[in-house]
Amino acid sequence: MGEENKKVVLKVFRTNYNKNESSHYDEFEVPVNRWTTVLDALLHVKSYSDTSVGIRYSCRMASCGSCGMKINGRPSLACYTKISELNKDVIVCEPLSNFPRIRDLVTDFSQFFDHHKKIEPFIHNDLVPLDIKDKDDLVEFEQSPKEVDDYLQFSYCIKCGLCYSACPTVATDPSFPGPQALSQTYRYIADNRDNDKSTRFNILDERHGIWRCHFAGSCSAVCPKGVDPALGIQLLKGHMMGFSKNDKKVANLRAKNKE
Amino acid sequence: MNNVPDNKDFTMTTSGREGIRGWLNPTRYGWERVSYWLQRLTGLGLLIYFIGHVYETSSLTNGINAWNSMLQLTQTLGGHLFLLFVIGASTFHTVNGIRLIFTESGKGLGKPGRPDYPYHAASLNYKQKSGIWVAILLACIAMLYGGMVLFGQGG
Ligand code: SF4
Ligand code: FES
Repeated sequence: MGEENKKVVLKVFRTNYNKNESSHYDEFEVPVNRWTTVLDALLHVKSYSDTSVGIRYSCRMASCGSCGMKINGRPSLACYTKISELNKDVIVCEPLSNFPRIRDLVTDFSQFFDHHKKIEPFIHNDLVPLDIKDKDDLVEFEQSPKEVDDYLQFSYCIKCGLCYSACPTVATDPSFPGPQALSQTYRYIADNRDNDKSTRFNILDERHGIWRCHFAGSCSAVCPKGVDPALGIQLLKGHMMGFSKNDKKVANLRAKNKE
Repeated sequence: MNNVPDNKDFTMTTSGREGIRGWLNPTRYGWERVSYWLQRLTGLGLLIYFIGHVYETSSLTNGINAWNSMLQLTQTLGGHLFLLFVIGASTFHTVNGIRLIFTESGKGLGKPGRPDYPYHAASLNYKQKSGIWVAILLACIAMLYGGMVLFGQGG
């Protein structure tokens, strides 16, 4: 397969808030192939044009969630976006919206992670002792493939923040947990190993909580891992209002009856 | 090691939040975002209409003349256009609102499963999109009929 030798212009948002620099765009011409990703192009800029361009990345394979940025106005992973698929000669790279900016394309995720931590993203199960002294106390959980399917897609979240950047409620309300934290709540609620709905319901059932989501669906439109946070959030609302079939309650009852 | 400024200091100037601009651009993310935007816009419009309506009907307490002069306002071109907006807005808001009652209760969205590349989100399905299109279509039909009634009688 011959190389195409095409060139595109990469328009990169630049500023350094530590130095009170005003923001501007720098333009770089970059050679691209059919398979060149936006991250490849940015790394080309760093190698051959301007080493000071600030970006964050790690895995280069849509697994670590570090390289989120707005590409032509839409939150995307730079390592997962092929330039050939954008069909544009000018590619605009900007920092993710709704995140405090640090430098160039790098944003601060502390508030985003705080929301994630607040929903207690781990299995709560009061039937299992946390303090295990004897290995015989270790408990094995049974899960059918159907029970795994109930939450698996939500556990694929890589915390890239694209959904948080696209959400119109997050755009105006910093206290709103955002699609990532809300869909992760559903991930644990739908997991039949977890038996503490009420703690998480109490965290989310407040003025700036889950009821501020009005299903704009933008989170699911940009999610690069098929998590479909909007689905998780609406299912969670259904659970909170008592509309959903309570598979988990049935599973818990079955487990208790077995004891 | 103190390169990252204290969050409190720099969120003031560089919070990066889109603010109301985030609501105002409905075109970037598909029909669900358009529906979100229209539902807000029509909701706000209907709220303004409701306040105006209460004010209008309360003019009855000032006698029949005050009421009649208030009614005259709706007989102008501007009044007709405003009523036309109210007809469209209330139809869209009601129909789309009914869809959203089901959607936000977790109905009609599909089931979670094992995501496969290229990852089509189950919740952004055609059932939902058709609901939005039907709401827009019915609003247009209602406005058309309303327009025929309002302007057909010689304005
Ligand atoms: S839900 Fe999707 S878009 Fe949001 S943080 Fe997780 S992987 Fe990223
Ligand atoms: S570099 Fe890891 S997700 Fe892009």
